[in-house]
Amino acid sequence: MLRSRWTKIALFLACLAPFARLLWRYHTDNLTPNPIEFITHFTGDWAIRFVVATLAITPVRKLLHLPDLIRFRRMLGLFAFFYASLHFATWFALDKGFDMHEILGDFTKRRFIFAGLVAYLCMVPLAITSTKGWIRRLGGRRWQFLHRLVYFTGVAAVIHYYWLVKSDIRLPLLYGSLVAILLAYRGVIALWPRRAPTVS
Amino acid sequence: MLIKKSADIRYSEVTPKALYLNRRKFLAGIPAAFLGARELLSPSARARAGTKLPELAKSPFSTSEKENTFNDVTHYNNYYEFGTEKDQPAEYAKNFKTSPWTVSVEGAVAKPRKYSLDDLMHVAPLEERIYRHRCVEGWSIVVPWAGYSLSALLKQVEPTPKAKFVAFQTYYDLGQMPRAKYAGIELPYVEGLRIDEAMHPLTMLTLGMYGETLPPQDGAPVRLTVPWKYGFKSAKSLVKIRLVDKQPPSTWNITNAHEYGFYSNVNPAVDHPRWSQATERRLGELRRRPTLPFNGYADQVASLYTGMDLRKFY
Repeated sequence: MLRSRWTKIALFLACLAPFARLLWRYHTDNLTPNPIEFITHFTGDWAIRFVVATLAITPVRKLLHLPDLIRFRRMLGLFAFFYASLHFATWFALDKGFDMHEILGDFTKRRFIFAGLVAYLCMVPLAITSTKGWIRRLGGRRWQFLHRLVYFTGVAAVIHYYWLVKSDIRLPLLYGSLVAILLAYRGVIALWPRRAPTVS
Repeated sequence: MLIKKSADIRYSEVTPKALYLNRRKFLAGIPAAFLGARELLSPSARARAGTKLPELAKSPFSTSEKENTFNDVTHYNNYYEFGTEKDQPAEYAKNFKTSPWTVSVEGAVAKPRKYSLDDLMHVAPLEERIYRHRCVEGWSIVVPWAGYSLSALLKQVEPTPKAKFVAFQTYYDLGQMPRAKYAGIELPYVEGLRIDEAMHPLTMLTLGMYGETLPPQDGAPVRLTVPWKYGFKSAKSLVKIRLVDKQPPSTWNITNAHEYGFYSNVNPAVDHPRWSQATERRLGELRRRPTLPFNGYADQVASLYTGMDLRKFY
């Protein structure tokens, strides 16, 4: 099933579902009394979920012996970038209204915005070099090394979230634990090569 | 089912025609049109309506700015006891029981007294006051509150010379507020004012809004409204008002003293550590607007703080 073309198409549509839901809520005038804030949070939530899902592919495929999962990693990563781009654009254009003075001030003065920017900027080269052509041009090793930038995205995205909430830290902690587990898995693998933990 | 005469129709049940017509004009001005006709939500999506209040006196303190819709003010709430998301209080406070209700006014006063809700309704004539309300998070609304100056109540209990501050405590009951365990703040919610702030005529004991009793998510049955301070100072669902001689604790200050001070006067010149306070978004508007010192009430209240460094006493 994992090898089927249809699985990939189904997953693609599923990944678009949140975006469709957002459009639907816009269409039905259901974006809450503060639409800009709602869109910002909605797209941010989905961006971090896709970052976590992307980071989960490697551990899951190894632990569950599902090598074919690799077929979906790029798509999940690009959807993370898609929702993060909407998130960034909402803040930049709708919230700040392209006011460069305020935007630059926010980058330097607001640590949670700086963390968000780091998370996003780390994704840009990964999105650009996500094609087969780029893998060839860079060579597998270098490409793989570059794409470890996604670890920074994961960490910075969680910090971004944690720093921005006022008091209810349940969700930032949830995403933080997931990212920590997924990165710890890689750490373990790197430190003890060939002795990967097995599921038992 | 009760069938009401049309004259009895409650504010929450109608969309004022002016608003409805205005909406077109309003939408036309928005390039990307990210805002919608929220006023047209179906009646079932509205909060449970309150009871219509008797005739309200007009107040010279009212702003002429355009009021926010009832729907905005009842579906975008910070009331952490009923959930930390803005849309949660409308849902989780739905069945909040506000009767019977008692507010104890006590401490450094000659005549401490427990007030029933009915007593509170008759302390002074109810006025409608249309105030700006600015949240520390950077959004604002314009609300027609109903109530009277808190000073009317405080004068009844006769504060003694020891009364330098007023401490407020709000209702807390995990049984009725199961989501309060996720609030991440110490509860019950407490707030405080200096006595001169509490006695200032703008400071309101609020029993209603939009001509009705308060909906639960907006602090039913009785709340505080201090329009020149960030919204969290205006404690909801009050159960205790205590006059004291020392500055009382306040919940957000306990939670994070670095970010939320005791005074918390609206001040565009003093940023929140994590965001600017220079601008705000009025709900229903696309562009941010500048935030005014003391939320536009500087003429009335700035003199309370003469000689104080408002950067230090944020």
